[in-house]
Amino acid sequence: MLLELKGIHKHFGKVKANNGIDLIIKPGTIHGILGENGAGKSTLMKILSGYIQKTSGTMCIDGSPVDYHTPAQASQLGIGMLYQDPLDFPPLTVLENFLLGQNRGLLSKKAFFQKQFEILMQALNFNLVPDTAVASLTIGERQQLEIVRLLNTGIEVLILDEPTTGISGLQRETLFGAIRKLAQEGKSIILVSHKLEEVLSLCDCVTVLRNGVVTGSMVQPYDSKALLTMMFGTPPAQPSKPAIRLGEPIFSMEMVSGTSGRAGLSDCSISIRQGEVIGLAGLGGSGQEVFLRIASGLERPVSGRIFIRGKRMHGSDHHRFKKEGVTFLPASRLEEGLIAGMSIMEHFALKDSRGLLVRWNDAYQKAEEGIGRFQVKGRPGTRVESLSGGNQQRLLLSFLPEHPVLLVLEHPTRGLDMESVRWVWEHLHNSCREKTSIFFSSAELDEIIMAADRVLVFFEGRVIKDVRTEETNSLELGMAIAGKV
Amino acid sequence: MIGFDITILLASVVAGATPILLATLGETITEKAGLINLSLDGSILLSAMTAFVIAYQTGSSLAGFVAAALVGACVAAIVAVFSVYLKQSQVAVGFILTLMTKDLAYFLGSPYSRLQGPQVGPLPIPLCKDIPFLGQIFFNHNIPVYLGLAAIVVAWWFLYKTQPGLVLRSVGENPRAAYARGVNPRRVQICYAVCGGFLVGLAGASFSLCMKPGWGQPQGAEGTGWIALALVIFGGWDPVKASIGAYLFAFLQVISINLQGVFPSIAAQVFQVAPFPIMIFTLLLVYLVQKESVTRYARRRPLMRSIIKALSANAPASLGKPYRPD
Amino acid sequence: MNNAQKAIRGFFRYPAELTLLLGIVFAFTTVVLLIAGAPPLDAYYHIFRGALGSWTRFSYVIKVWIPLTLCACGLLYTFRIGLWNIGVEGQVTMGAIFATWALRFGTQSDTPAIAILLSLLAGIAGGALWALIAGFLKTKGGVHEIFAGLGMNFVAQGTTLWLIFGPWKRPGIASMSGTEVFPEGLWLPYQAALNISPVGFGLALGAVLLTAFILIYTRIGLNLKAIGNNRFAAYLFGLKPGRYMLLAMLFAGGFAGMAGSLQVCGVYHRLIPSISSDYGYLALLVVMLSNYNIFYVPLVALFFACLNVGSIQLPMMLQLDSALSGVIQGSLVLATLAVQALRMYLKERGTEA
Repeated sequence: MLLELKGIHKHFGKVKANNGIDLIIKPGTIHGILGENGAGKSTLMKILSGYIQKTSGTMCIDGSPVDYHTPAQASQLGIGMLYQDPLDFPPLTVLENFLLGQNRGLLSKKAFFQKQFEILMQALNFNLVPDTAVASLTIGERQQLEIVRLLNTGIEVLILDEPTTGISGLQRETLFGAIRKLAQEGKSIILVSHKLEEVLSLCDCVTVLRNGVVTGSMVQPYDSKALLTMMFGTPPAQPSKPAIRLGEPIFSMEMVSGTSGRAGLSDCSISIRQGEVIGLAGLGGSGQEVFLRIASGLERPVSGRIFIRGKRMHGSDHHRFKKEGVTFLPASRLEEGLIAGMSIMEHFALKDSRGLLVRWNDAYQKAEEGIGRFQVKGRPGTRVESLSGGNQQRLLLSFLPEHPVLLVLEHPTRGLDMESVRWVWEHLHNSCREKTSIFFSSAELDEIIMAADRVLVFFEGRVIKDVRTEETNSLELGMAIAGKV
Repeated sequence: MIGFDITILLASVVAGATPILLATLGETITEKAGLINLSLDGSILLSAMTAFVIAYQTGSSLAGFVAAALVGACVAAIVAVFSVYLKQSQVAVGFILTLMTKDLAYFLGSPYSRLQGPQVGPLPIPLCKDIPFLGQIFFNHNIPVYLGLAAIVVAWWFLYKTQPGLVLRSVGENPRAAYARGVNPRRVQICYAVCGGFLVGLAGASFSLCMKPGWGQPQGAEGTGWIALALVIFGGWDPVKASIGAYLFAFLQVISINLQGVFPSIAAQVFQVAPFPIMIFTLLLVYLVQKESVTRYARRRPLMRSIIKALSANAPASLGKPYRPD
Repeated sequence: MNNAQKAIRGFFRYPAELTLLLGIVFAFTTVVLLIAGAPPLDAYYHIFRGALGSWTRFSYVIKVWIPLTLCACGLLYTFRIGLWNIGVEGQVTMGAIFATWALRFGTQSDTPAIAILLSLLAGIAGGALWALIAGFLKTKGGVHEIFAGLGMNFVAQGTTLWLIFGPWKRPGIASMSGTEVFPEGLWLPYQAALNISPVGFGLALGAVLLTAFILIYTRIGLNLKAIGNNRFAAYLFGLKPGRYMLLAMLFAGGFAGMAGSLQVCGVYHRLIPSISSDYGYLALLVVMLSNYNIFYVPLVALFFACLNVGSIQLPMMLQLDSALSGVIQGSLVLATLAVQALRMYLKERGTEA
């Protein structure tokens, strides 16, 4: 089945996630899609699989145009997708998950479907027991179930979105074996990944996305350097962080491990000094989020020790960390950082926790100050949910205390334009002069290189690179993010 | 020992449990699809009144049962529509309705208070009732009781052995994934809310036409709806376990009447309200049992582990959170 | 749509919605009355006269308004933090029980005023205690407040019955009409001319003003709002949600308990089985209809009290059951939700266009 995409556009309001993408998927090939965070890969795949609607463009199957609106319709046309977060039913059994959606009629026909299940398991060298509850399977096994289910609905094109994050080495090999077998049988596999090694070893051809457009494509044999340039571009020269004399180490983690997120965090040992800025790089889900949450006390590590200025902090909750001067800025603005239904002024009033009565005059003034300094487009009485994303980010930044000990920031400049990013970092660097230390994660390597003293690259839950920003460049970092150290 | 025949005791438990059994099964189905119908208590009263009035007017208890079932289904439909299509809070709508249907029942039913109406006659099953011991307990009753017993089997079979039942369970767990597989979660939730309401209506009818015949203010069915809601949780959203809970509850009620004579010093009220602290205690247990400190403690104690497993009630993951299409 | 058009739309929206709302309720109630074979207009007339026909009647309305408003004030705290405090009914009952217990000591004392004061305080304590139990079951035990509250409502009811038929029964025969009536010295001061108890009225009014003050001007009000809207973000701001939940329950239980003790000291002068008269549940409806706004609460409570008292006429005048008031009250809140849904739908349609 030949799949052609022409001029695919997808706009989310003003944001152009896909900006005119052309793509041809030939039958019997394994086609890789590469790109860094925010390149538009996920959006494109969701359009392909029917989960979201494209804003404009055409899709053709075997030469004739098609139009579909739901995942079910897409799978009827032969396109199926394996999502990063499995869309399955944990309390139900493997077999029940398998046959759901395929069976019409009253009776369960379990025996019939079990036969088909076993045939597919054998063919792809998977090993699942039909009666176990899906909740007890590992991510790799849930993927296997989903692949087998999609195949049984008769798909010709299988999309895999970052399939190897969080699965074991053995499962990865089994998965790759299955992918190769399916391609031999004439199916097309689209593999979306940021892991260069895997893509290079598995795919017949590769398309690179950057900022919502196709920046290039290649067939075997591959030139990794050229591919990385297509993925990350050549960075302009950026001013870097002003040199500040770093003080003593004030925060350290020793062999800390956490289990949340897809990859968790394994045996991380980092320390940060006064005035130092450390940027965390890596694809989403590689461990940076877990790191930041453990560093601020929002999550308890499964093992390891945390110290702030020599005090034992592991096992304490976030409020204790706060008392020691740690401030956390979450990435999801409305879900975790701001309180919908309350105005800007009310947020400022909330911050000042002294006394029984709320000092509304004070809060109003502080709100005006914050709005002015951080250039938030709103008034003290504006409800925070009606601010734009960028303004919400600015508001969150205006809540940061004056002289914190340690700032733990998740994507602090998300949604802001270049000018604002520069300004925010000027402000943050000023605090560094007052001995504030900063951990922050970012999807923009340019930002990390500009703003940080050191950068940690996370991959599969581990820090695989810990280097001073002046001793590296975005190409090297890009390779590390892709797994090549 | 005061002479009370155990067969008669158990038989009265089986009979008396019918209304709460039907209501619990109905709500289990509704909640398994992800919707909470908080209007049970009032809904049972309204259907009880409807059953009695219709039966009284038409002379036919069958008509009464049918009317009651329709009323129950309608009330559940209102909760479902408000929640799924109008996007209002299930808890709010359910609570308002539980008060409103109760008042509606009292208002419309008052002319029929303390009247004698048709009742369902006994219908012992000819051969089965002569089986020693079990025969008396299970087969010497009337149609509603048999209906209740059958409902347990049908509910279990439907949920676990049929395709539509699988679809129902999937919507209750992950409506998004069900949608991705071509299911219409909203339609499913409304459909099964109505089915559940139908059973609740039958429960009300079996009160006023069978167990506590007639209508009055109070009728005697007050409080049953809340117990049914708790029993659903107690039964871990499984029809068989919930039915066991219903029978246990009926047992407690029957015992409390009998034990009154045995323990006159303990107030009657203690027996009457006993189910509620027990329900709270059970909920507490279900919660504590899942805490990490407890699972760690139980790691080396297999007996504790099996108790924990029996008590682990896993609510349908999307319970109370109706599907909103992106 | 330019600003002028928006302003006009906004101005007409509320009256339009209100008319729609009242229209739906009126239509529904009329249908119900017709089903019952009753003349609708007569029914409305009798309800109206029953509540507002004479000063005596209106004083009954005030008698209902007092506990209803108190409970509703308390519920504003729990609703603000996102809790469904259905246990309010049991909190009223417990307040009444504690108040009765305190008053029983007063029968031997010669300073009845102190006894009354103590019983009011005991009532507050009883209600607050009962609410705290439900609160702890929620915060430490993971038991949903609806079930904890309901369960404890039934326990409170059972305790009342036990006391009335057991330890506190009337000498002679225990009776459903409650415990022995307290001597007049222990009755709440009474304004014969107006036929209401100024103490009760004052307390209810004070509760409204106090709640308005707390919710608008104090840190407690702000924190409750923050936690109710976004528990995690509030935690990041340094608040402890569990503690505030207990505090909200304390307030709700305290006000409810006060209502209960007023029922004993000021209205019935004894403990009766239905001492709470479903005012707790009704208060939940009052708060919902007031859109959780303290300034609407006394007005809505007044309206509901009128409905309650007015419909007492129905059995006498038209041989109808007085439960009609509950039907009207319930359908009002339900219709409000329906209108709200309509508003949201039109808004969505508007933004898409």
